[in-house]
Amino acid sequence: MMSYSSAPRSLLLAGAFFGALTLNAAAQQPATPSASGAAPAAAAPLPPGSPLIGRPADSEAAAKLAPIAPPPLATAPDKLPLAKLKVPAGFNVEVYAAGIANARSLAEGDKGTVFVGSRLLDKVTAIVNKDGKRSVKVIASGLYRPNGVAFKNGTLYIAELSQVSRIDKIEDNLDNPPKPTVIYKDLPKDEAHGWKFIAIGPDNKLYVPVGQPGNNVLHDDAHGQIRRINLDGSGAEVIARGVRNTVGFDWNPESKQLYFTDNGRDWMSEDVPEDELNRITKVGEHFGAPYCLQGNIVDPEFGWGKSCSDYTAPVALLGPHSASLGMRFYTGSMFPKSYKNAIILARHGSWNRSKKVGGDLLVVRLNKDGSVKSTEPFLTGFLEDNKYVGRPVDVLQLKDGSILVSDDWNGAVYRITYGKQKVAAGK
Amino acid sequence: MRKTIAALALTLIACPANAETFQERLAPCLACHGEKGQSETENTPSLGAQQAPYALIQLFMFREKLRVFEPMNEMTKALTDDDLRTFSDFIATMPKPVPPAEAGDPARMQRGEALGRQHRCNSCHNPDYSGKENVPRIANQREDYLAKTLGEYKDNSRHGYDGSMADVMAPVTPAQIADLAYFIARVR
Repeated sequence: MMSYSSAPRSLLLAGAFFGALTLNAAAQQPATPSASGAAPAAAAPLPPGSPLIGRPADSEAAAKLAPIAPPPLATAPDKLPLAKLKVPAGFNVEVYAAGIANARSLAEGDKGTVFVGSRLLDKVTAIVNKDGKRSVKVIASGLYRPNGVAFKNGTLYIAELSQVSRIDKIEDNLDNPPKPTVIYKDLPKDEAHGWKFIAIGPDNKLYVPVGQPGNNVLHDDAHGQIRRINLDGSGAEVIARGVRNTVGFDWNPESKQLYFTDNGRDWMSEDVPEDELNRITKVGEHFGAPYCLQGNIVDPEFGWGKSCSDYTAPVALLGPHSASLGMRFYTGSMFPKSYKNAIILARHGSWNRSKKVGGDLLVVRLNKDGSVKSTEPFLTGFLEDNKYVGRPVDVLQLKDGSILVSDDWNGAVYRITYGKQKVAAGK
Repeated sequence: MRKTIAALALTLIACPANAETFQERLAPCLACHGEKGQSETENTPSLGAQQAPYALIQLFMFREKLRVFEPMNEMTKALTDDDLRTFSDFIATMPKPVPPAEAGDPARMQRGEALGRQHRCNSCHNPDYSGKENVPRIANQREDYLAKTLGEYKDNSRHGYDGSMADVMAPVTPAQIADLAYFIARVR
């Protein structure tokens, strides 16, 4: 929490102060509450990471909203909401694996093992495919919020809250895997937006995001960005700034440009800002946070004196508070041609909105120039009567061209196929 | 509804697979946490009317040692997922703890109440501090346990299920923790 305590601290506190302040708009300085034990001022600052920064003080509807925690126990296979999930005609959904509590990010190994990260548990799990049978086993535990997993050349990379580690030759040692070796830990330790998605780019570098340490804060140089590092942890470089919190990205197979989802701030209103789909066209680009939201709204707190034209606008808006997380380009040949090089994108679903949005997968099709042509639903049904029966987190294309989807609400992974399939899972 | 669940729980657990009846399995819990939802044991929380989803999360975290407290890690280590659900559902049916008879020092109550609003405790935990879903009931919890827990969240020695409380507690001073615990233990 101390990492942004130097110069921007006073500004940051001022922002939090004004965010919390509704009664006395004329107040100009963030009065520090005296330490003498006097009754606290009504609008003293919320902590920088508080999910409540910016929440309107006098709204009953707003007071009903709070971050939603998933159940800690995985849903039994026969209780999964499979029957409620809808896909376009010709597509099929099956349960690929169950019993993986808080299943989050996905990565596939060279030999067909699927690795699953977790945000709330201390474990990384492997879905092992061997001799036509599928089994689930924990391959690393005692980790702190190991949300991110990536795989390259036999090595599994794991991103915890504040460090990245690797396990070499993991698929040869699934029964007795060695402890992960830390390769990079020059990272802040903030809980807020501290969990990480990671992926390895066509440049053979590992991409590691560092979110803003709170809902809406003026962050320092160590936050609000995407970095890349060499696979041994060396050579860290910031490649995107003004990123509030990205939990999913992938590279356009044609242009090799990085596209990433970014979650918009909470509490500004029910309908804006929307989550963003962004594209990096040059190293070091600034995507606006916390000054400019969704490419066309200057932030009510931090946007004074700023102009959205100074920042890179998103290529698509993904819905207010929708929690757009995992996304991958579809490069397989199982799906119809119209899916080739389209983005399949998971919206975990909103908490900061009275009428929930998300809880689905979208298919985002691009024009030749990389701009967005269309966005439409792909997998729906996780949201029922304004409640979640599941929440999709990450998507992953397997080598056979099918798509996996993780669900951290039920602790399950689903597989989407097209056409008549021999269903190996045997539901 | 809750009575039904409790009754169901009793019958399920009393089946032959378990040598002990549910009441027998429950006895060691109640010995420390109190027979009627109200703990008489130092630093040990009252469980009465606790939100079942929160109770389930905590029992799970004890079993997985994501929350470290040896007696509870020991008590939960052999529990199945169904056990965790049964116990957390039962906990929710116990009577809620009652506030102390005397109203409390008005000045401290006022300070605590203001802090509860200032830090938005009364948002996620509800205006009456009864909690909701994964957010615990804290109204009339033991003062010593409240103060201890808030301190542990502040220094992140107790990892939450998610990070919310670590962030919320960062700017709260020890004196303010004392006032908050005093107030929440006595809130009416």
